[in-house]
Amino acid sequence: MSTETMIKPMLKIENLHAWYGESHVLHGINLELGEGQLITLLGRNGAGRSTTLRSIMGMVDRREGSIKINGEEFLTKPTHKISPDARIGYCPEERGIFASLNVEENLMLPPSVGEGGMSVEELFEMFPNLANVRKRMGTRLSGGEQQMLAIARILRTGSRLLLLDEITEGLAPVIVKTLGRVIRDLKSRGYTIVLVEQNFRFAAPLADRHYVIEHGEVIDVIEADQVEASMDRLNHYLSV
Amino acid sequence: MDPMIRLILAQGMLGLNNGVFYAMLSLGLAVIFGLLNVVNFAHGALYMLGAFLALIMYSYVGQWIGMADLHIGFWPALILAPILVACFGMLIERFLLRRLYKLDPIYSLLLTFGITLVLQGLFINFFNASGTPYPGMPESMKGVTNLGFMMFPKYRLFVIVFSIVVCFVTWFVIERTRIGARLRAGTENPELVKAFGINVPLMVMLTFGFGTGLAGLAGVLAAPIYSVSPLMGANLIIVIFAVVVIGGMGSIAGAVITGFSLGLIEGVTKVFYAPAANTVIFLLMVIVLLVRPSGLFGRQG
Repeated sequence: MSTETMIKPMLKIENLHAWYGESHVLHGINLELGEGQLITLLGRNGAGRSTTLRSIMGMVDRREGSIKINGEEFLTKPTHKISPDARIGYCPEERGIFASLNVEENLMLPPSVGEGGMSVEELFEMFPNLANVRKRMGTRLSGGEQQMLAIARILRTGSRLLLLDEITEGLAPVIVKTLGRVIRDLKSRGYTIVLVEQNFRFAAPLADRHYVIEHGEVIDVIEADQVEASMDRLNHYLSV
Repeated sequence: MDPMIRLILAQGMLGLNNGVFYAMLSLGLAVIFGLLNVVNFAHGALYMLGAFLALIMYSYVGQWIGMADLHIGFWPALILAPILVACFGMLIERFLLRRLYKLDPIYSLLLTFGITLVLQGLFINFFNASGTPYPGMPESMKGVTNLGFMMFPKYRLFVIVFSIVVCFVTWFVIERTRIGARLRAGTENPELVKAFGINVPLMVMLTFGFGTGLAGLAGVLAAPIYSVSPLMGANLIIVIFAVVVIGGMGSIAGAVITGFSLGLIEGVTKVFYAPAANTVIFLLMVIVLLVRPSGLFGRQG
């Protein structure tokens, strides 16, 4: 077996089902990642990748199955307990920047969930663009600035498991490149990361493993060292 | 001083005195509407409840516990009554309103309207409908102060200054502090705020408590000025809704500024054409609705 058996599993999802109202969106997701690893969830729009992250965060109407983080079951926890108890930082689709809050207020919004969060100064060093717009309202930021703020916001809290949803979507190539550097840096600092990505070229060099999701199920798992051999399959999965 | 200017200033002061109640009540409504998206029709009844609690504390509590000489005075009431009203508000939120959030807002409006009727009915049953003067005005607040252009009751001056401070502090907390940032974020995207680890249902309950507590506070402040009557809130709430429509729903600063200004406008109107004073607010409401339906300070669309 590959690396995962050697590394302590941090997140283990088994047979996860999720519903929005009457609509059954996830049909038994299974995935697992070890501490310090980075996995991606690949697939087409509407496949259930974002819903998987939202289910981990307790942001769906109903969930069944099992979500274990560091061995503890999180399926039955109330939403507001999940992030602090599991030390998760969540960066939602479309960034979730609050329009009526300025940059600093957005940055300070999520409560601290543990030791070791980055200081505001460190974050402004990591994202120098943000330092110049501290007092600007959330709505007046560019897409890139919003994305950086959304990532910076969860690094402040001391989260160790980061769920990042489509962080490159709609951004200029130069910003995508910066984000790539940031993610690599975070991985080297020992963060455990789940990346939902459309941009496979962005995700490929970062990930330890890729999960391909379709119709709310994991239909394929590709280890990093098998990516080249699996290119045909991947192209088939990701083609529109 | 020119007598006309003196008259305008004097009526302005009296108008401002009404304006503080408009401001405090529409502020509470705005706070509640902003976070809960609930139009709290019971706001007037909770204002009445605050005034009655002050009256009950002064005139009845002593008798009930067999100490006829015990009168819980204005200053303790100013603290206790709003807290009691806030607790009552939180019970309403926790056990009644919370069940309705997933439904159309009209249901919560109907619920709070129903609560208004129940409260009014109860107080009309146990007290007389025509009103009771509040006997607990503190000695230190009796008498008048010379403002230069008029002799103004000390107590009313206190109410104006005190209310301005309360409104400013509320605005400051909501717009400039960490707690306020959480409230504003919760207004925009409660799901995400919850996912960040903030207990949004608790925050909503406390906010509703705070908003209703403001109504209770206004009620205590009103008790020594107007007579305490079961319908005092019903008479005021119509004007308050006009204020809210003019200012725009959900804007904190808008609610406060509009409340004070309309009191002032109402007062000054008395100088020029007294019969219009009661309707000028509604006239302005019509104009605002025609020209800027989202209100002077409201968010467009």
